[in-house]
Amino acid sequence: MSEDTASEVLDTAARRRWMGILARASASEIAARLRDAPPLPAHTRLRGPETGLVMVRGRQGGDGAPFNLGEMTVTRCAVGVGGAVVGHAYVAGRDAAKAELAAVLDAALQDGSLRPALLGAVVEPLAAAQADRAARTARKAAATRVDFSTLAVMR
Amino acid sequence: MRAAALSPGLSDPATDAQGCFRALLDAMSRPGLVRRVPVAELRPPAPLSPAAAAVLLTLADAATPVWTDAGADAAAWLAFHTGCPPAASPGDAAFVLACGTPPPLDALMQGTDEEPHRSATVVAQVAALEAGRGGWRLSGPGIDAAHRLRVSGLPEGFAARWAANRAVFPRGVDLILCAGRDVAALPRTTAIVEEG
Repeated sequence: MSEDTASEVLDTAARRRWMGILARASASEIAARLRDAPPLPAHTRLRGPETGLVMVRGRQGGDGAPFNLGEMTVTRCAVGVGGAVVGHAYVAGRDAAKAELAAVLDAALQDGSLRPALLGAVVEPLAAAQADRAARTARKAAATRVDFSTLAVMR
Repeated sequence: MRAAALSPGLSDPATDAQGCFRALLDAMSRPGLVRRVPVAELRPPAPLSPAAAAVLLTLADAATPVWTDAGADAAAWLAFHTGCPPAASPGDAAFVLACGTPPPLDALMQGTDEEPHRSATVVAQVAALEAGRGGWRLSGPGIDAAHRLRVSGLPEGFAARWAANRAVFPRGVDLILCAGRDVAALPRTTAIVEEG
């Protein structure tokens, strides 16, 4: 029981990570990575892809009263693969092809026999590219940092 | 994930749901007439009929608790496609989907005299519906002289229970009968005049 629960928590964390990485990647990036990956299983569309609005809520200071920040466009898709496995994707924007691709990949990644190959060929390269982009942006931002204590000394 | 396979819902959600809503509107406003829901490709999990599934896909949403005796697969399918929360008992449900014997009508949400719309709607799956010949003779608003409706598959003595439901007007439940892809409706204003 406890081992089951532990592996489920691990699965949820791993699934959350790959779903996030796929949602942040563009359709062309995913498609490019899929060329070196094993073929994806056949799927049926259960719902969507369909585009709608999602209210984004925030809290001031992280623990204040919740407020509605604004609405964002989200495309979602759910696909079934091989009977009992369902893959989900919620991606920002209105790219239906990307949502469907991410949902099929989510379903395929739940299959233990396909997971290592797909993680290596698709998810990890995308994660590295995204981390690289984030680091570059952070470096650019850091270069414009103003040290206020220096200003005080100059005055 | 660990549940049985999910099947797709309405193939064109906006158009199909509007078509189903029109069929339901016709059936409700002309009690006893049988209408066909335009969902040729819908394959709901057993034991749901296409009509009952289409009615729920059209009407249920996150604000309407649904109680059903159709089993876990059907409940999971409905929750996935409509987002409806499951009701703990028939008395808490806005929609009661009965594939077997419907629960007692007076145990369901009846609404109040001030807010009679806060009552349950019963979606009952029956064996067959036939309009025009034999069966119940219906009268009430929306019926010019009388409509005949033959329903096979409802429990014995349903007409007496329906009369009791009608006696608490404006409170009381509404009934949608589904068989295959056919729907007929009995709003709470309709009287079953005679059986036979």
